[in-house]
Amino acid sequence: MKNYETVIGLEVHVELATKTKIFCGCSTSFGGDPNTHTCPVCTGMPGSLPVLNKKVVDHAIAVGLAANCEINRSCRFDRKNYFYPDNPQDYQISQLYEPICQNGHVDIDVDGKRKSIRIHEIHMEEDAGKLIHDEAENMSLVDYNRAGVPLIEIVSEPDMRSAEEVIAYLQKLRTIIRYLGASDCKLQEGSMRADVNLSVREAGTEKLGTRTEMKNLNSFKAIARAISNERQRQIDIIEAGGRVIQETRRWDDTKEESFSMRSKEDAQDYRYFPDPDLPGIFISREWIDEIKASEPEFKDEKKRRYVSQYGIPEEDADIITDSKHMADIFEETARLCGQPKKAANWLMVDTIRILKELSKEPEDITFAPENLAKLIKLTEAGTINSSVAKEVFEKVFADNIDPEKYVKENGLAQENDESALREAVQKVIDDNPKSVADYRGGKEKAIGFLVGQTMKAMQGKANPGIVTGLLKELL
Amino acid sequence: MATKIDDDMIEYVSILAKLELEGEARAQARSDMEKMIEFADMLNEIDTEDTDPAVQVIDMENVFRDDTVTNGDNREDMLANAPAKKNGQYMVPRTF
Repeated sequence: MKNYETVIGLEVHVELATKTKIFCGCSTSFGGDPNTHTCPVCTGMPGSLPVLNKKVVDHAIAVGLAANCEINRSCRFDRKNYFYPDNPQDYQISQLYEPICQNGHVDIDVDGKRKSIRIHEIHMEEDAGKLIHDEAENMSLVDYNRAGVPLIEIVSEPDMRSAEEVIAYLQKLRTIIRYLGASDCKLQEGSMRADVNLSVREAGTEKLGTRTEMKNLNSFKAIARAISNERQRQIDIIEAGGRVIQETRRWDDTKEESFSMRSKEDAQDYRYFPDPDLPGIFISREWIDEIKASEPEFKDEKKRRYVSQYGIPEEDADIITDSKHMADIFEETARLCGQPKKAANWLMVDTIRILKELSKEPEDITFAPENLAKLIKLTEAGTINSSVAKEVFEKVFADNIDPEKYVKENGLAQENDESALREAVQKVIDDNPKSVADYRGGKEKAIGFLVGQTMKAMQGKANPGIVTGLLKELL
Repeated sequence: MATKIDDDMIEYVSILAKLELEGEARAQARSDMEKMIEFADMLNEIDTEDTDPAVQVIDMENVFRDDTVTNGDNREDMLANAPAKKNGQYMVPRTF
């Protein structure tokens, strides 16, 4: 078999974090009862007029600048015509002829190599409604709460060659957009959606093969599986002497295969034309400068600064800066307790572990940096030992409790008093003659058991360092 | 010159418009479409060589709205015109 290269370009839709829809004053909040966030504009009633939400343009410019795009100083909206019940106007307001951003790039790092992925354009558009099937009636039911929610579509050039590069690119975009506060970018909830355009060609050749577009990819894992599956499907067709058909396919992640969406019903002719209801947009130099000036410190810079300023390892800095929220907690905790490495450890190890267990993201952290700082101080001062600290941290994470108060109220302070500990250690020695004999006979590990027994006798509150010292002394 | 709408075009447009045109209705649609195109063809008589495309007749730009929620729950009013509804949703012929 010949050696094939996979060529991938992405179309990424991102729901912008505005309070209202793109062209009307309806709320964008998620989870309302069906059609309770609708009005004549977003349901396409005759005579209604759209008025553009300025925040949408702000977000689009911010993402464009962060993705190194040229901002088109003048742009406008076009109508993309199609009939489908999720689209009450019978056209989607989008941008074809004059998108807001063009010719950008973002850099990704895969296997220690840096690569630039070019961005063809970013345009603004509106989301469609949601359809659900009603078995009883054998009809479809439509909820227009999502119709008119603002989106940006980020269209890359076909610069990616593997699933790893695709995921690195998506993670990069997600980090940038989350840092800007322009979207929460959740693949599972659909606030970030990626369509994968993929073709294969013989390695070393220039001409692009026929591509397919893959939809319905709801996780990074699904994207990786769909890419590997589609690459193989196309290679099999070519190897068998066939031709790949340009079409849209729908990925079914449970069956781990894709299905053609091509049918008579999918014939398309969007008849794009400029929307006469929406005046053009002129973006002044001042407007762009203002947005540029309010840019946050992005992940890459922040990571470098953490390594040099706080002396934490690059890998730690990399994980902490994945989320601006977590990075903010880290810096504030480090400032309050003066122990950046300890702060980094609590976030890297325990926080990430609990988040994983709860299937949550760093954005969902609700505890205050003050409380993590207090916990670190209590541990450093020897007021509590490390196993109690872990127990208290669970409470900090879950209920944002004040560790000082909690330790006091629950009597968790560590016993550092040597005379009190000496008594307990002596009792353990008396009660465990076998382990004592083992230790004395040269089995050094036996001391671990005796430390454990003492900790148990002290309800976990003994200072393990002092206990070990005492055991060695008394044996 | 009158534009002829052939069978393929009728078929294509009816798929796009999700219409099923048969017999008399199909012939009528064909004749209507031909008349419409003929009407629009008048535009070709004008020389627009040196004319800029006009997207809008009103010369305006940057008409914006603040990102403030101004609409409440109008569901009952919104659904008042729906030919069929169920549980606060519009009911339409099944799509999938």
